[in-house]
Amino acid sequence: MAGSVWGATPASAVPATTVRLRHSALVRVTHWIITCSFLALLVTGGAILTSHPRFYWGETGNVLTTPLFTLPIPASRASVPTGYDYVLPDQNGWGRSLHFQSAWVTVLTGLFYVVYGLFQGHFRRNLFPARTDISGSRIFAVITQHLRLTETREERAWSYNVLQRLTYLLVIFILFPLVIWTGLAMSPSMASVFPGAVAILGGQQSARTIHFFVSILLVLFLLVHVGMVCLSGFRNRVLAMITGRMSQEMKGA
Amino acid sequence: MTGISRRKLISTGVGAAAGVSGVAVAARLARRYGLIPPDSGGLYGPGETLTYAAQRFLTRHSMAREFARSQISKQPFPDEVGPLSEKFWRFEERQFVDWRVTVDGLVARPASFSLSELRSFPRRSQITQLACEEGWSYIAEWIGVPLSHILNLVATLPQARYVVYRSIQPDWWDSIDMADALHPQTLVTHAMNGSDLPVAFGGPLRLRVPRQLGYKNIKYLTQLTVTDNLKQFGKGLGSASPEGGYAWYAGI
Repeated sequence: MAGSVWGATPASAVPATTVRLRHSALVRVTHWIITCSFLALLVTGGAILTSHPRFYWGETGNVLTTPLFTLPIPASRASVPTGYDYVLPDQNGWGRSLHFQSAWVTVLTGLFYVVYGLFQGHFRRNLFPARTDISGSRIFAVITQHLRLTETREERAWSYNVLQRLTYLLVIFILFPLVIWTGLAMSPSMASVFPGAVAILGGQQSARTIHFFVSILLVLFLLVHVGMVCLSGFRNRVLAMITGRMSQEMKGA
Repeated sequence: MTGISRRKLISTGVGAAAGVSGVAVAARLARRYGLIPPDSGGLYGPGETLTYAAQRFLTRHSMAREFARSQISKQPFPDEVGPLSEKFWRFEERQFVDWRVTVDGLVARPASFSLSELRSFPRRSQITQLACEEGWSYIAEWIGVPLSHILNLVATLPQARYVVYRSIQPDWWDSIDMADALHPQTLVTHAMNGSDLPVAFGGPLRLRVPRQLGYKNIKYLTQLTVTDNLKQFGKGLGSASPEGGYAWYAGI
């Protein structure tokens, strides 16, 4: 893989120099594209949500039926009872268009990342945990290390611990596919092609509700992720994700 | 130039050239097979085009989900429309006996059908969901004449590509491609849940396009125009929705 544009050089293969490749170009480019498209999805998702901040379970639901729950926010439609005496301006035109355009960018970039990452050994090398690491005691040890903030930055600098690996795998292979699936399940046109994919979720309103909760989980991931980056040296970490390189003397700083 | 830069440069160049020509070929194919929506021009044109092309590729013959009678919503929500015109209420006073739908454009036999004529045509009944872009929905039984039956009666010309449809309400119009227009579930609907279509739900006539969202299902239908070019209607974006920032294609 050494010399390939998209390949990361395995740390062990390089003699100890002051600067080593931390992230391959594949990871860096797709990371920042998905950062932008995910933020756009988040903002537009919130904008769309204001037109109907009520959630239901099953196939159908509207202002005349009992909601599963209602978000305590004002709405951009006068027909929705919210308890607020004002109506927000409608944001669904651009909101929906940008949401779907960003979804395309996320899905295509994500597919490229997964396919190329599999081909390149990115998941095997960087994300699949070692068999010995998948044990309750090992994971517990990492959690206590985190809570006591005793893990040295040295340890973290060059690879991911088992908790990080499992979290990234969860986000990449469970949460993102689930948010895409539930998003598509809301489409009447897609439902006509894959009716089973809607039925298995419990109906189109269930799909919408799951879509919302998975988005919340992704936001939680984002917050913890950025929090951890801050704790482990924001500047150095962000530079590593831009340039791919992380300098040795800085990593302990 | 040092290290791998030459190889890198060549491979990047080849990659970029392949990418650009790939996009050009895709665009040409999309145009040829009618996969470019009329509102493909703006900032969100790439997204609208990808969505329309991908969904058309998958859905040309797919059927909207139909539900059991027991799943019909006990509380369907009609949504609000602006105040209805004087003209509408005059028809309503006469129980819509003189309500007509004209069919013109690229057809061999332009025609105008009264409500009672439409009610005497072969009818289709289906229990489908109406989903609004806002997120809410309901299931109802819709009864009407398949649009394809009307289009057969007037004999659309081979170059037909879209059907433009209008409400009696000013500036309320939309259009669908022939895949949706000829789809067996696209109905000129005159009844709902066993009785005449209520005014709040679009009565006397509403076009039901169940594979698209609620806003494509225009209420108070008065005119159908078959065309090969949407440029001549409104601002040329295919319907009133894109003029207000909403996508022309509403399959999602």
